[in-house]
Amino acid sequence: MLRILGGAGRPLRLSEIADALDLPKPTIFGLVRTLRDVGFVHQDRATSDYSLGDGIRNLHESGLDPNDLRSHAMNWSDALASRTRLEVHIGFPDPDGARIVHHVFRPGGAKQHLRIGEVLPFHASALGKIMLGFVAGTPSSPRLLERYTQRTVVSRAALDAEMHRIRARGWSSEGGELTPGIGAVAVPLRGYGGIGVGALAVTGPVEKVFRHAGPPLESIIQATTDTAVSISRSLGLHA
Amino acid sequence: MNDTVIAAIDQGTTSTRCMIFDRQGRTRSLAQREHHQVFPQPGWAEQDADEIWRHVQRLVPEALAQAGLDRRQVAALGIANQRETTVVWDRTTGKSVAPAITWQDTRTSDLVDDLVAKGATDKVMAVTGLQPRTYFAGPRLRWLLDHRRGLRQRAKAGELLFGTMESWLIWNLTGGVDGGVHVTDVTNASRTMLMDLSTGQWDDSMLDLLDIPRVGLPSIRSNAEVYGTCVDPLQGVPIAGALGDQQAALFGQTCFEPGDAKCTYGTGAFLLINTGKERPTPGPSVLPTVAYALGDDDPVYAVEGSIAMAGSLVQWLRDALEIIPTAPQIETLARSVEHNGGCYIVPAFSGLYAPRWDQDARGVIVGLTSFVTKAHLARAVLEATAWQTWEVVEAIRNDLGLTLETLRVDGGMTSNHLLMQMLSDVLDVAVERPLVSETVCLGAAYAAGLTVGYWSDLATLSHHRHVAAVWRPKMDAAVRKRESTQWNRAVDHALGWVLPPD
Repeated sequence: MLRILGGAGRPLRLSEIADALDLPKPTIFGLVRTLRDVGFVHQDRATSDYSLGDGIRNLHESGLDPNDLRSHAMNWSDALASRTRLEVHIGFPDPDGARIVHHVFRPGGAKQHLRIGEVLPFHASALGKIMLGFVAGTPSSPRLLERYTQRTVVSRAALDAEMHRIRARGWSSEGGELTPGIGAVAVPLRGYGGIGVGALAVTGPVEKVFRHAGPPLESIIQATTDTAVSISRSLGLHA
Repeated sequence: MNDTVIAAIDQGTTSTRCMIFDRQGRTRSLAQREHHQVFPQPGWAEQDADEIWRHVQRLVPEALAQAGLDRRQVAALGIANQRETTVVWDRTTGKSVAPAITWQDTRTSDLVDDLVAKGATDKVMAVTGLQPRTYFAGPRLRWLLDHRRGLRQRAKAGELLFGTMESWLIWNLTGGVDGGVHVTDVTNASRTMLMDLSTGQWDDSMLDLLDIPRVGLPSIRSNAEVYGTCVDPLQGVPIAGALGDQQAALFGQTCFEPGDAKCTYGTGAFLLINTGKERPTPGPSVLPTVAYALGDDDPVYAVEGSIAMAGSLVQWLRDALEIIPTAPQIETLARSVEHNGGCYIVPAFSGLYAPRWDQDARGVIVGLTSFVTKAHLARAVLEATAWQTWEVVEAIRNDLGLTLETLRVDGGMTSNHLLMQMLSDVLDVAVERPLVSETVCLGAAYAAGLTVGYWSDLATLSHHRHVAAVWRPKMDAAVRKRESTQWNRAVDHALGWVLPPD
């Protein structure tokens, strides 16, 4: 369909696309709508005719700008920090890990420093692990499994098993694997069509994130997931 | 009922919002609605006060429903509003008699020029603290009485009521034609050019100067007291706080001590600094105003410096020059270079506000060479906002000897980390963003909650304040000095550009 639109030299009507592809109009309608929603096809407002969209030309660029992401996410991530009393990070994929592009301090915490620009290792952070699992543009497996603490997962088999669980349940956690005593929970942020574009994490002292010797607190997973849905919704509408 | 809350309305320039806050000062819900803005001719900007009131009637129940609350759980209501927007309405029909004239409107320029030509400037400054400018509400009221048929006679006969948006909303909320309370608060009144800044009362000499009949004016009240009780919506809830939006943001940022300052970065930028209980007498570059007055306590004063263009310059880069696809992406572009390439942009599109106050200034881009790319321009745009803030802070320091320890920031542009770092660098102070970014609503809620004892004192409010981010200065002093010199030289090129008509 994209070839036909690109080669036509003028905008095409729905029936013309259907004829050219020899497919029923309702089928074409569904396809062309989806392509329009992701920006690959442009529909003229006045005539309703279709042509190639700008999205197809910019396909080589990453779809989402980290500064746009921050601007969309700021109010939601503030509310998450306020609700969980934890620090909030938003991460963007980087070749070597999850790059922090937005950071909200922990309410009532001691003096804190902005960590924008820091890159967290894929295998040793909640933010990194959720990216490995869900976000486009991340490597299928990290090159090196460097040890940061006693708890860092440095066996490829163990990491694979954990990634399997993370993909199944939709969230990742970190319990002292990067910094002793620091825990975190992370979930993916999704853009158009459910594609993972970044990740959202809450982080703080391990005892504030995890139930005693158990999984992370249900309320924290819930709040983080809810916030990610709200941010993703706003990305889908505006991207 | 244990779970009580405070409601706040922010009646802003483009939209009205209602927010619900809990005892920790956290947001429970937010409902928002935009209203129409009408620009009937160049320099004019009007709104429909009746439409705004209809929005309030719908927003308040919406915000309550979102939070799953009942009106009986609302301990008090606070109101913040766009300042200087002027409404005249009929006390018997309850309808506005002319479109509200907003703060951006410059139709009173002849009237103001006339006052200046008559030599009234010194007198106006001595009484109100303000220089005669189109910015303020009093001249707008005079314009309406002069130009709308029959209004002056009807006003003198006591048929009409005047006010800014908070007066209009409080009157309607407390029953309107059926016993509505006609009041304004001291911060809004201080922006009319009709109030004596020392006494907090309407001044007869100013009323005479502008020929405004006292009979239609609201009575001036403090920012935290019960003005009346809501009839509908929020039946039975006391209206217990009202402030102009910039003062509300100052209060919401808990700037309670002299030297505490905040700057709100939206379309333009507004910097206010708490100056304490003495009426400040700055030079003509920044304005003295009331920060807040709580009940019977002495008022606390502030000095204000406003910057005409901040976010709107970024929008210009996006919409007029099409250099960036979205406003936040200015940061992406600006970060692709290390410095401004020697290029400076002075955004005097409609003149310069504080501290230069030159309506004949126009925008310039200087220092262009073949080296300069769009990325350098993007950087220069952000630097312009930082340096304009610096100018206001310098003016306050020179006039009043007050220096900032930190600058508290809010508004949409605080999501731009590069800008926030530039601010910290050029001001050489820490820049702090609070966790609740809706500082205007929060300030109104705080004032109302204090009045009814929901919060016990200012210290409790300060305790609720959490910092979401801090940027600390990294710029070398020598670089700062050099760049500030360059900025001043760039501004010199912008001043007085407009030729007088032939």
